[in-house]
Amino acid sequence: MSTAIQPAAGPRPVSGRTTSGRAGRRNLGTTVIGVVLTAIMLFPIYWMINVSLTPTAQMRQSPPSWFPAAPTLDGYRAVIAEQLPFLGTSLLVGLGTVLVTIALSAPAAYSLAKLRPKGGGALSFVLLVAQMIPQVIMAMGFYAIYLNLGILNEWWGLVIADSTLAVPFGVLIFTAFMSGIPDELMSAAKLDGASSWRTFVSVVLPISRNSAVTVGLFAFLWAWSDFVFSSTLNSGGDAQTITLGIYRYIGNNNQEWNSIMATAVVASIPATVLLVVAQRYVAAGVTAGAVKD
Amino acid sequence: MSTHTMERREAVSPERPGVRPGLSGPIRRRLPGTGQLTAWAFLTPVVVYLAVFYVWPLVRNVDLSTHGYTVRSFIEGNAPFIGLENFSAVFASPTFGPALINTLLFTGISIAFQFSIGMALAVFFFQKFPLSSTLRALFLVPWLLPLIVSASTWSWMLNSDSGVVNSVIRTLGGDQVNWLTSPQWALASVIIANIWIGIPFNLVILYSGLQNVSGDIYEAAALDGANSWQVFWRITFPLLRPVSAITILLGLVYTLKVFDIIWIMTRGGPGDASTTFAIWSYQLGFGSTLPSFGPAAAVGNLLIIMALVCGFIYLRVQRKQDQS
Repeated sequence: MSTAIQPAAGPRPVSGRTTSGRAGRRNLGTTVIGVVLTAIMLFPIYWMINVSLTPTAQMRQSPPSWFPAAPTLDGYRAVIAEQLPFLGTSLLVGLGTVLVTIALSAPAAYSLAKLRPKGGGALSFVLLVAQMIPQVIMAMGFYAIYLNLGILNEWWGLVIADSTLAVPFGVLIFTAFMSGIPDELMSAAKLDGASSWRTFVSVVLPISRNSAVTVGLFAFLWAWSDFVFSSTLNSGGDAQTITLGIYRYIGNNNQEWNSIMATAVVASIPATVLLVVAQRYVAAGVTAGAVKD
Repeated sequence: MSTHTMERREAVSPERPGVRPGLSGPIRRRLPGTGQLTAWAFLTPVVVYLAVFYVWPLVRNVDLSTHGYTVRSFIEGNAPFIGLENFSAVFASPTFGPALINTLLFTGISIAFQFSIGMALAVFFFQKFPLSSTLRALFLVPWLLPLIVSASTWSWMLNSDSGVVNSVIRTLGGDQVNWLTSPQWALASVIIANIWIGIPFNLVILYSGLQNVSGDIYEAAALDGANSWQVFWRITFPLLRPVSAITILLGLVYTLKVFDIIWIMTRGGPGDASTTFAIWSYQLGFGSTLPSFGPAAAVGNLLIIMALVCGFIYLRVQRKQDQS
């Protein structure tokens, strides 16, 4: 307990102030093991960055250099020159998916959590099952439908398809949170003459801010990372996503691995930013729906 | 942000579902004066959405699998009904056996390793040493990266001539392994990458399971002089059994679906050495210039059945746990 509170400034204060010397050394040993394990786990990410900075001439040397001794930014120049439109499309599709997901799942969750609709249990069940359907199969169905409707290669078609990844999850998260909002709060709004819609918008939604962040975060990340829907529903249009950009890169010029890895690094930025900025929401999202209290 | 606040916030996360939606939650008093009409008005968008964007694609999929579609009739929509012919063609295909075995091996081996490594790490990080929560957060990174990023990084690391893995093997005096291009190793390669991606998920869930185990039990065990090995097998592991069951079953549902990693690393090849059902279905439908949507949808429907069987077992187990 006492060691956990330490802001981890270094081994000194831990062993000196809060615990005995022996326990401190043990703690330090554990930290060292932890750092080593983390380094092993993150090695592929280090390697991605290392390769992204390696000049093309040294790409195939054996053994490969473990550090970017003569780093080049050629890879990143290629990203800026060739991949910016892809990144833009992904951003647009990601944000669109966030909007669609929250707009659909928040009202549904409010109803499931607070308004006790008949058949709500069955609907929750359908949503849970929906999460289990493999994406490849959904893609096939979407392809057949989009082809007949003539909406293949539209970015908003991709938004709709991507949102199927996040809507069931969104309803689950919102419902779990909204169930905990005291009924009195809503009764009070009702006494003040607010309609159900008004109550939802001005009472329930503001309180559910944190859940909205969690849902939005995952919706964005899933849409940003999606490859299956992009490659089936949106592979021929003008606006293609970054995952498809990387995929094309691998297929076309497989000598230029620094450009490929540089694109991969850039494509990882949203995930990294979200993890740094919203770590607690991420952990909450992973556990929610899997573990009961 | 200090390590302590991260620890705390996570422990009392407001997002943790106290009541499971609908399924098994206690029946609560309905708010006075709000009728079924209002309740369903709020649900209508999602219900319409489910019908149009889940049910319709799935129905279309069943329709594809029971009709003899060609590229032409796919567009015109006038394919003849051929019953289960697509399914029998799929069963009779020489790819069926390998695809089934690969799917089982990929899923089974991935989960065995993800779970045991995740468990070991969860217990390790639960010791709460300096930096532990920061390092644990870093462990999440592989899970959050776009799959295409992870898959292409692993592709390059496992490259036969220029990959870092073979370089290390050669330095240690071993022979070069053709990870992605030899039939013996292709499946192993995609399994390794998939294990790496799945560890964080197992770690986070098992760790949150550990947080719910009362500390008193450990204190009692320590007083009785139990060593940490005994503590794990006699106390931690049995107490984590419910969480473990959930983790493994969810893992099953997720791993059966895996497509991106395999497709980007090996495309299911060489031959069908790393072809799973998900890969096979995509290959049939989108992999060649002459798509065969009927068989592709048939394989897809088999995959749905497998996923749903695991899914229903998961829901049953979870329900039982909720009741007890």
